[in-house]
Amino acid sequence: MNPELRELYQSVILDHNKQPRNFGELPEANGRAEGHNPLCGDHLSVAVRIEEDRLLAIAFEGQGCAISTASASLMSEAVKGLPVSEVRGLFERFHKLVTSDPMQESASQGLGKLEVFSGVREFPIRVKCATLGWHTLQSALSDGDSVSTE
Amino acid sequence: MRLDVERVRKDFPILQQKSHGKPLVFLDSAASAQKPQAVIDAVSEFYSRSYANVHRGVYELSLRATEVLENARRKVASFIGGEERETIFVRNATEAINLVAHSWGRQNVSRGDEILITHMEHHANIVPWQLLCEEVGARLVVAPIDDRGQLDLHAFEALLSPRTRLAAVCHVSNTLGTVNPVAELARLTHACGARLLVDGAQAVPHQRVDVHGLDCDFYAFSGHKLYGPSGIGVLWGRAELLESMPPFLGGGDMILSVSFEQTLYKEIPYKFEAGTPDIAGAAGLAAAVDYLENLSLEAISRHEHDLLEYATARLASVPGLRILGSAVPKAAVISFVLAGVHPHDIGTILDQQGIAIRTGHHCTQPLMQRLGVPATARASFAIYNTREDADALVEAVETAREMFA
Repeated sequence: MNPELRELYQSVILDHNKQPRNFGELPEANGRAEGHNPLCGDHLSVAVRIEEDRLLAIAFEGQGCAISTASASLMSEAVKGLPVSEVRGLFERFHKLVTSDPMQESASQGLGKLEVFSGVREFPIRVKCATLGWHTLQSALSDGDSVSTE
Repeated sequence: MRLDVERVRKDFPILQQKSHGKPLVFLDSAASAQKPQAVIDAVSEFYSRSYANVHRGVYELSLRATEVLENARRKVASFIGGEERETIFVRNATEAINLVAHSWGRQNVSRGDEILITHMEHHANIVPWQLLCEEVGARLVVAPIDDRGQLDLHAFEALLSPRTRLAAVCHVSNTLGTVNPVAELARLTHACGARLLVDGAQAVPHQRVDVHGLDCDFYAFSGHKLYGPSGIGVLWGRAELLESMPPFLGGGDMILSVSFEQTLYKEIPYKFEAGTPDIAGAAGLAAAVDYLENLSLEAISRHEHDLLEYATARLASVPGLRILGSAVPKAAVISFVLAGVHPHDIGTILDQQGIAIRTGHHCTQPLMQRLGVPATARASFAIYNTREDADALVEAVETAREMFA
């Protein structure tokens, strides 16, 4: 296997694909959204529980490739408990991580586990997979109903 | 006659390159086929030596360009067993179907009528009919398929009714490779007084097509899947139908005379060809037809069938791999899913090995729902593919499986 592939499919990603965290329903949710990636048929829904501007609980469901499933899973861990205002900033930094020039590392530093997605920038066609969960989460936070990454 | 694949491969300059440092294995010809040098040369020669607008000028170049276009029409018509005046140049199969939906459809389909399609259609043979049905208040009826991906003929027959105005079916399914029994469908459709449109985009590159033998009323296909240029396609229609139909697009080149009170249209096929056509595309398409005729369509069918059987057997031996579509007969298209690995990931992993396949819903979302999968990986085989290509595919799929194990 070549190094780019190994970088893309790191063991953390493969693990979260196989056993996604926070996967399932969230009965107490007060925000929900659906996300689609028509290019590959990926579909997921994100449900959130927000109290006093804090994201108390999050769950997601759906079908997708390893990148979109693992990204939604790791995202759910990263944002749980955060003030809603910080989620957007985190997404912006994550977006930079998966799209930016590797020479400009600074933007993506301090992202912790989410840094396993840095390999995605070598695969521009997969950026939409890595960000589907995030776009859907944003929509759920503003209580939108449906987003599409195309 | 046997197909000399090694010689064929040398005719395709694009295949000589590497992809991600590996020899390119192109298994996505069902999306669009690569072009032989003869096609590239025909387009380039036309622009270099004979280019001008058609049907207008009295000067030599314009006459020569017109000859190129009409010569292409002659070749394409005889390739499918039709007549020149029944052969209309359009952009692609999609436009051909839209032409029929707009022109014939608005004239012949009205409130309460029905249009019958099948569950395996490409969006190009669904959406134009949906639009027409919405506009005129007709109903879109869908004939079911079985689990092998074969059309349920009894259901098709039962769904035909005196209200049916048109049946629109693919000759070959782009997702499953299913070859539909078009002649039989024509018989059933005509027996209830309806017309039959055939989406032949996936059929013409792989087998001899004879529109009269099939007894269909319209036959649509694209040049780019036939090893020709992108941007040119063909609609063949029965002369008496085309003659009775109103124009599709209006403009120059399709008129006899224009005044602000009244416009008289040209005869078919020109009535349906408004504006400057894709003359260079026609030159390239003619070269593609010559190229395929020289190889022999029969030899091409045999070669691709051999690849289909070989690749099917080899893929079937991969643990957890499931092939979708086992119709008889079947074209050299293999859709598959692999347990625990999403098709999109398979596509990326194969790409890194230099192997190009298609992943996703293949513009057949209703079919994906019927099959109960969100997407598939699809390998399609063409004249330049070899058993070694199938081996490379299987090996790379094994890599994907091991990575995700």
